[in-house]
Amino acid sequence: MSWIGDNTGLIWTQLGQHIYLSLIPMVLGLLISVPLGYVATRFSWLANPLVALGGVLYSLPSIALFIVLPAIIGTKVLSQANIIIALTIYAVSLLIRNVIDGLRSVPEDVLQAAVSVGYGTLRRVVTIDLPIAVPVIFTGLRVVTVANISMVSVGAIIGVGGLGQLFTLGFQQDFLTPIVVGVVLSLALALIADILLVGLQRLLTPWARAVAPVKEVLR
Amino acid sequence: MIQGFLDYITDPANWSGAEGIANRIVQHLGYTFLSLLIAAVIAFPIGLLIGHTRRGAFLAINTVNAWRALPTLGLLTLIVLLIGIGKVPVIIALVVLGIPPILASTYAGVSGVDPATIDAARGMGMTGREILTKVEIPIALPLIISGLRSATLQIVSTATVAAYVALGGLGRYVIDGLSLRDFPQMLTGAVLVAVLAIVLDLIFAAIGRYAVSAGLTGRRRRNTDTKTSTAPAPAGV
Repeated sequence: MSWIGDNTGLIWTQLGQHIYLSLIPMVLGLLISVPLGYVATRFSWLANPLVALGGVLYSLPSIALFIVLPAIIGTKVLSQANIIIALTIYAVSLLIRNVIDGLRSVPEDVLQAAVSVGYGTLRRVVTIDLPIAVPVIFTGLRVVTVANISMVSVGAIIGVGGLGQLFTLGFQQDFLTPIVVGVVLSLALALIADILLVGLQRLLTPWARAVAPVKEVLR
Repeated sequence: MIQGFLDYITDPANWSGAEGIANRIVQHLGYTFLSLLIAAVIAFPIGLLIGHTRRGAFLAINTVNAWRALPTLGLLTLIVLLIGIGKVPVIIALVVLGIPPILASTYAGVSGVDPATIDAARGMGMTGREILTKVEIPIALPLIISGLRSATLQIVSTATVAAYVALGGLGRYVIDGLSLRDFPQMLTGAVLVAVLAIVLDLIFAAIGRYAVSAGLTGRRRRNTDTKTSTAPAPAGV
């Protein structure tokens, strides 16, 4: 236990880096997949290839992507940009399916009602389509966030891994405490992030609370 | 950088021998299939039991959620420090990571079978065992295969990371290349693992296509006027 007391600075730094490395890709993933998903619903021939490409990219092992990226885009091998870009790729490949499904779940009569009362395309998408798609998009966002938080640690192998640094430290020193601290904090972070996302979803969809709870989807 | 990688991977000397690429691929596949087999032997019956009896669903769903949050490198280093360096602790870690997706998808597939279908089977005089093997498992097959696929990809990926705790396989190139600052070697390992993952993914997609009953997929329709229900699309990883 004294190790924890002596190393609070280190633990806080790595926790901060962990949050940063998992949060940025989540936000970037959302910012990329929502417009991309919208385009795919407008030009529906794009939807299947995009979802299939996402499936292939998502099957790539994270450590492989962390290392292949510098060769493709010219970043430094040990740069944290590789982690952020790799996790953003995972986020987009998973979210694109949910965004497309979510936008397609908007009932046709709702769209027609919006157009007939004079909504322009942009205003309709932002104030009608996206809010209705929120539950489906958030199902994917929750998976992405939790998966990213656990994947950041793998980056420790190439020297940028937030709490993962505690695993490599503990392994090199043959010392359990840092590893246990890292695992517990990583699990706690995932749990808190998930709870926050559920809360955010409830805030964004007040009508769902009034009628019935949003149906939980496994996966 | 790319040139160095091409030189490395096309050099026949790097392909042969105990530390050659061919042997590393065989090792990697060996760890993967052994872990997958053990995980399936453990998870499949439990998933069937929970799905068939519909008891313990809460536990199954929460296990898989917690599993997704578990940092693989943390689990590997933890198990190796507790048990010791070697193949056995790493295989244990890989099995632990393979169990939840197989268990959850088997459970979800079996419990998702339409109760009316099961009533019909029972009405025809099928026993509980027959309902499980002739109705529930075939209908749940797309989901079961998608669970095996998730587990496989997770294990392939984690087996690479496991080179850090002294496992063989393709991850060796990544870890050894890193300590030698030999980027072409690292890239070789990374590319080979990525290709391996994609090939295994495609194999599972093919299995999913051909192993599932034609009555579910509508692949071969006998009567054009019969409405065939489409099987649930195998959800992604």
